[in-house]
Amino acid sequence: MILFFLCFILFMVGLYGIIMQRNLIKIIIGLAIMEYSVLFFLILIGYIDSATAPIISESFEEALFVDPLPQAMVLTAIVIGLATKALMLSVAIRLYKEYGTFDIRKMNTLKG
Amino acid sequence: MSNDNQTPEGMTIVVKKICQFMAPTIFLFGIYITVHGHLTPGGGFTGGVIMASAFILQILSYGSFLDKLQQEKWHLELTESLALLCFLMLAVLGLLLATTSVFFGNFLHRGSFGELISGGIIPIGNIFVGIEVCAAISSIFVALLIFKDKEA
Amino acid sequence: MEIYLIIMIILMILGSIYSLHAKDLLSAVVAYGIVGFGLVISFLLLYAPDLAIVQVVVEIITLVIMIAVIVNTTHKDEKKIFTTKSSLVNLVVLLIFVGVFFLMFAHIIGVLSYFGQHTMRMAGVYIDSAYEAGSANIVTGILFHFRAYDTLGEATVLFTAVIGVLTVLRQYGKKN
Repeated sequence: MILFFLCFILFMVGLYGIIMQRNLIKIIIGLAIMEYSVLFFLILIGYIDSATAPIISESFEEALFVDPLPQAMVLTAIVIGLATKALMLSVAIRLYKEYGTFDIRKMNTLKG
Repeated sequence: MSNDNQTPEGMTIVVKKICQFMAPTIFLFGIYITVHGHLTPGGGFTGGVIMASAFILQILSYGSFLDKLQQEKWHLELTESLALLCFLMLAVLGLLLATTSVFFGNFLHRGSFGELISGGIIPIGNIFVGIEVCAAISSIFVALLIFKDKEA
Repeated sequence: MEIYLIIMIILMILGSIYSLHAKDLLSAVVAYGIVGFGLVISFLLLYAPDLAIVQVVVEIITLVIMIAVIVNTTHKDEKKIFTTKSSLVNLVVLLIFVGVFFLMFAHIIGVLSYFGQHTMRMAGVYIDSAYEAGSANIVTGILFHFRAYDTLGEATVLFTAVIGVLTVLRQYGKKN
């Protein structure tokens, strides 16, 4: 149970970064930390004591496997997370070109 | 940043020579991970990202011209779209040819379990997804490079 | 086993706190790498080799892209927290969010089984019929046989994200 709670703490650190920081790069880092904590939590749920990795081989035919379903879902989520992070970064450098700063307090004009 | 009548700005000769040996090896490893996806850890998503990292290593160490990069971006977009379309066609073929007639039905012969050529459409789907992911990640990187070059 | 995971996640929490408070953006990104590579080691400890392989490569590419963005723009992060009045509003919003999430967490944690004593409901069927799918790696079997329609959707989401990047970064098509 303490592992689940520590995962929750990591999620809260990411949320703190999103709400309290003023720099766009820091906000993106906070979002990525939240995403990683959720992925870690999903894999933690699927773990089973004294089980092996979910790959059938000749010596492990009757073995106990960890839950493969969260692993399959998280595998695609990691790759899509890379593409969405790149999308956020490209929006950030577009805004930097427009305003000359990453500070969101100075991005207060409604143009372009 | 780079002029058309000069050689592209890259790193030193030592880095270039190391990359000349390492990048094909990494690319081959990505192909291995993709093709053996149904037997060992890995698969289309993993192998695609590894192949894209070989491309990124090559571009970072050697540098490139702006025109070449734009041509490359066009090719990468085309490859990505075609791979996704082929994956969709595979699903539709399952609808038409498989005995159970479901979307993504496995219409090929399964083969013997645990061999390289087995599993019906699973290795084929792995290969298409691998090509799609590789082209996607590479085109993101190339688009960022083109943006930076046009600014300068 | 469990103690190693606790050490890893505490390291990840410390790295993320440092990353959000670093003065220089470059050191913030490098400290963010601690979180990603700690996740790799945790995946290896939790018997998820597929995820460990993909996460280590994705983390390297993310760091390369982030460092490329920062090197071409600016290093400095000129800000002070707790100076303006809006920071106070943000702090109140943060505390409300933490309270709501903590209540939900305390409610949900009773439903989950303890760490390491998970019982598979749906995945048991997938493991039993792995021979029918013809894939020795059960994760790939789920991705391309049992839940292939899901994978098609994920590939489309990846395609859409790439189209979004290319659209945001293009420099033609807009008449000034």
